[in-house]
Parts: sequence; C-alpha cells; structure tokens
Amino acid sequence: MTVRMKRSFPDAAIWLALVAGALVMLFPIYWMAVTAVRPRAEIFEALVSLLPGRVDWGNLAELWRRQPLLGWLTNSAFIAVVAVIITVFVNLLCGYTFAKFRFPGRDILFFAILGALMIPIQVILVPEFLITAWLGLLNSPWGVILPRAAEAFGIFMVRQFMVSIPDELIEAARLDGAGEFRIFLRVVLPLSRPVIAVLVIFTFMWRWNDFAWPLVILTDRDSFTLPLGLNLLRGEVNPEWGQVMMLALLSIAPMLLIFLAFQRQLIQGIASTGLK
Amino acid sequence: MGTMAARWAKRRHKLVPYVFIAPNVVLFTAFSFLPLLYAVYISFFDWSLIGDAEWLGVGNYTRLMRDPLFWRALVNTLLYALATVPTGMAIGLALALALNRKLPGRTFIRSIYFLPVVVSAVATGTIAAWLFNDNYGVINSILVRLGGSRVAWLSTPQWALPSIAIATLWVRSGFNMVVYLAALQSIPRIYYEAARIDGASATRQFLHVTLPLLGPATFLLLVLDIIHSFQVFDLIYVMTGGGPGFSTTMVVQYIYKSAFVTSEMGYASAMGVALYVLILAFTIVQWRASRQKENVL
Repeated sequence: MTVRMKRSFPDAAIWLALVAGALVMLFPIYWMAVTAVRPRAEIFEALVSLLPGRVDWGNLAELWRRQPLLGWLTNSAFIAVVAVIITVFVNLLCGYTFAKFRFPGRDILFFAILGALMIPIQVILVPEFLITAWLGLLNSPWGVILPRAAEAFGIFMVRQFMVSIPDELIEAARLDGAGEFRIFLRVVLPLSRPVIAVLVIFTFMWRWNDFAWPLVILTDRDSFTLPLGLNLLRGEVNPEWGQVMMLALLSIAPMLLIFLAFQRQLIQGIASTGLK
Repeated sequence: MGTMAARWAKRRHKLVPYVFIAPNVVLFTAFSFLPLLYAVYISFFDWSLIGDAEWLGVGNYTRLMRDPLFWRALVNTLLYALATVPTGMAIGLALALALNRKLPGRTFIRSIYFLPVVVSAVATGTIAAWLFNDNYGVINSILVRLGGSRVAWLSTPQWALPSIAIATLWVRSGFNMVVYLAALQSIPRIYYEAARIDGASATRQFLHVTLPLLGPATFLLLVLDIIHSFQVFDLIYVMTGGGPGFSTTMVVQYIYKSAFVTSEMGYASAMGVALYVLILAFTIVQWRASRQKENVL
C-alpha cells in the first residue's frame, strides 16, 4: 500500500504538469480558431476576453470578397498532389534500384544523389531561381513542383525498406518472364505499402507547407499558394487579424485532418529517419 | 539468331538500373548539382541580374569577411541556436521520460505535444505574431490583467529573438520528444531488470542505463536541430522580417535580402556557399558518428 502511494504521488504530479503543458501547447491553435470566428470589434478590444463570445463568419466572408481564396486553395492542392505523385514515384523507382540492382557506379551515384539533394534550398536560391526563370516557369506551379521533385530522404527511406524484400520473389517473377518495370509495379510496390504511406504523407506535408521556394517563384497574387496568401495578409500595414487567422485555420485544417488520420505514420517517419 | 537476341536481352537488362534512376539523376543534375556549381561561379562576380556581370575574383568572399552585417547575422544565428537547441532537447527529453510512464491518457497527451509538427512554419509564425502583438495580442492582454504592463514583444530588439525562440520551441519540443520516445522504447527491458536485481535505485538506473543509451538519439537531435536552426527562414520572415533593425536577421534572411531585395546576386551566392560549407561540416560529423555507431553495434 505504501509502495503504491509512493509511486503514485510523483505520477500524479507529473500527470498534472503534462496536462497543464498540453493546454499551453493547444492554446495557440485555440486562439487562432477563436479569432477566426470573432466579430471584428471584439478582436480589436483593448483587453480581449479569453472566451469566445458570438460566432461570426464575417471574417470568412470578407476574406472571400477581398482575396482569390479559391485560387490559392486550388494552387496549393495542385502543387501538393502533383508533387506527391511525381516525387513518390520517382523516389520509389530510384530507391528500388539502389536496393536491388548491382551495377557499375552504383555507390558513387548513390552518394552523389544524396549529397546533391541535401543541399539546402537557401544555398542555391539564386542559381535555382535563374534556372527556373530560364525554363519559363516563374509564376507557374511547375516552377514550384519540378525543382523540389527529387527528395533525398525519400530515396534513402525507400532503399532501407526495400533491401528487406526477399530477392527470391523478384527472381521468381523474372523467371516467369515478367519485364523489369512490371516486376516493380506488380511485385515490389504491393509489398511496399508502409513506406509508400510514409512517403506520401511527408511529401504532401512538405509541399503543402512550403514557403521559401514558392515565395521566390510565385510573385503574381493569383498564382499564390495558401502560405503565400497568409504572408500577404499578415504583411499588410494594419493586418485584419480576424481574416489572417481564418486563412491560417483554412491552411492548416487539411494538415490537422492528416494528423488525426495518419499520426502513426508521421511518428514512424520521424523516429526512423529524423526527418521533418 | 537466338544468341543475338539473347545478347541483346542481356545488354538491355544491364541498362535497366540506369533507366530506373534516370528521372532522379535528371532532376538532381538540373536542380541541385548544376545550381551548386552555378552558385560557386556567380559568387565570383558582381551582378545585379540587369546588365553585365563584373568579375571580382574572391572579392565577394573578402567582402563577406569584413561585412559587419554578415557577422551580425552569423551571431544572431548562433544566438538563435543557443536559445532553441539545448532547451528544445531538454524539454523533448523531459516529455519523453514523463510520457514513457504508464499514465492515464498518455497517447492523447503525446498527440497534443506532437501536433505542432504538422503546422506550417508560416502558420506558426503568423499565429505567434498575433499572440505577441503589441496592442491587441492576448499575451499582453493577460499580462495587463495580471497587473503587469505591456511588452513590445516583436518591435524591440531584446524581446524579438526570445519571442521567435518560444515559437520555435512550440514546434521543436514535440519533434524532439518523438525521437527520444523511440529511443527510450528501444532500450531492452532486461537492462533495467538486471540493474534492479543488482539493487540499483531508480536514479542510478536513469544515470547508468537510460542516459548512456540515449546517447545516439541525443547526438542525432543535436546535429538535426543545429542544421535546422542554420536554415530557419519561414518563421522569422513572417514574425519579424528580420527586424527590428537587424536584430533577428539570420544568415538565410540576409541571403534572401541580398538576392531579392538589394539584387546582389554574386554576394548572395557567396554567402550561400559559405553557409553550405558550414552545414556540410555538420553533416559530415553526423555521418561519421552514425557510421561509428553502426560499427559498434
């Protein structure tokens, strides 16, 4: 009995501290949501009340009237979805090759690709911008998608995962006369569902949340993504904070849903490779 | 005939891996490898995009060494790393240790701490800018209600960086927690049982079993968090834009300003190359250390 009490006292204190901390962590999200649906007059009171008063959709209506909201949403979705399709496919194929083929120059190519792709975008911002401009892709979603389509972490993760696929399965398919690409599609990919899921989720998150690169490439307001729109609204001389928070809410809502649905894959991705 | 077809099939088979990696090689050549070479090349010129480029030799690099703003940006970056990396790791470790216990609702509590990881840096920065707003921000509002006075969080140099650091910790703590939790869960139970049989107290178990076995995770996080703090851009861009004055301008901000505000492409490229050397040094350290780790295991 005393042993249990001794154990449970610090546990209770730790639990209370954790819950208090969790409330602090949730507060910014709560405050964003509350501000988004508050009447303008309430937002700009000298001493704002912590509890929401009346729910008011005026911020959304005004945002819709002033900005090409639907266009921003479409641009964000188009870039994220197309980037996921290209990146995931290209990285799966590349990771599979490095995991299952032996060919001259393999190791050098592997390190060259990883090394080159680990170059942070800020380092090559200027030449990357010039090349994209030269290709005529400024203000185009493709100018955002293509330069970031190959991801080092994706190749690395796929390779690690596919090394453990038994060679016998691939050999058996080869003896049956299946072509190499068919083997990849029909034998290897169905066995790789877990790594594909992690890859899809992370690529979507990266492209959906992207800012520095689109900021350089997309300068026309109609070509903006949601983060760029958010930056535009927040950068106004007197920001309409209700609208800013409404846009913030809209821009993170899909990620929150993905978080609720795929938290396990997100944790697994971070824990296994330290990526973010 | 038959042998020729067989030979052709064999040759085609040899080409398969190259065909499979071709899309990636094309992308990385066009958008990573060439830009890096191009960056080095541009860094030897004075060039404003319009008009001819003027050869400077290492002029941009000597300017870099003498530019007080560059050194200020480097110091700001180090201050930012000092303010966010050790604290973020300590909070992450504390959370992981606490949430590794069997507590009611721990999965749910873990999720809450982890949640900010999916929120974009721009949204994080925007929300933080609103919370820290001088006139209408809720933090000042609470301060006043508690009898304090308003603080100009984002418009005074001494408070701007701490505000940014707090916003960073909001995101990074949960990230660090996840890595530490994974490390904690991979420690075999049998170690603790052996320590208990030897009569080791909970404190001794922590000091002699848990902490040493968390070494690799700590090292990984240290490198990742330092590299992350060298690259921070989005959050600061929307929170302070590098200001007030130059007080929160990091190296990456300075690169962006030089390239797209004052249009000094050569100088911006030289700074990019310098930053790459710094990051590369850390990556190599990490790579060698993780190889050593694999050799030990």
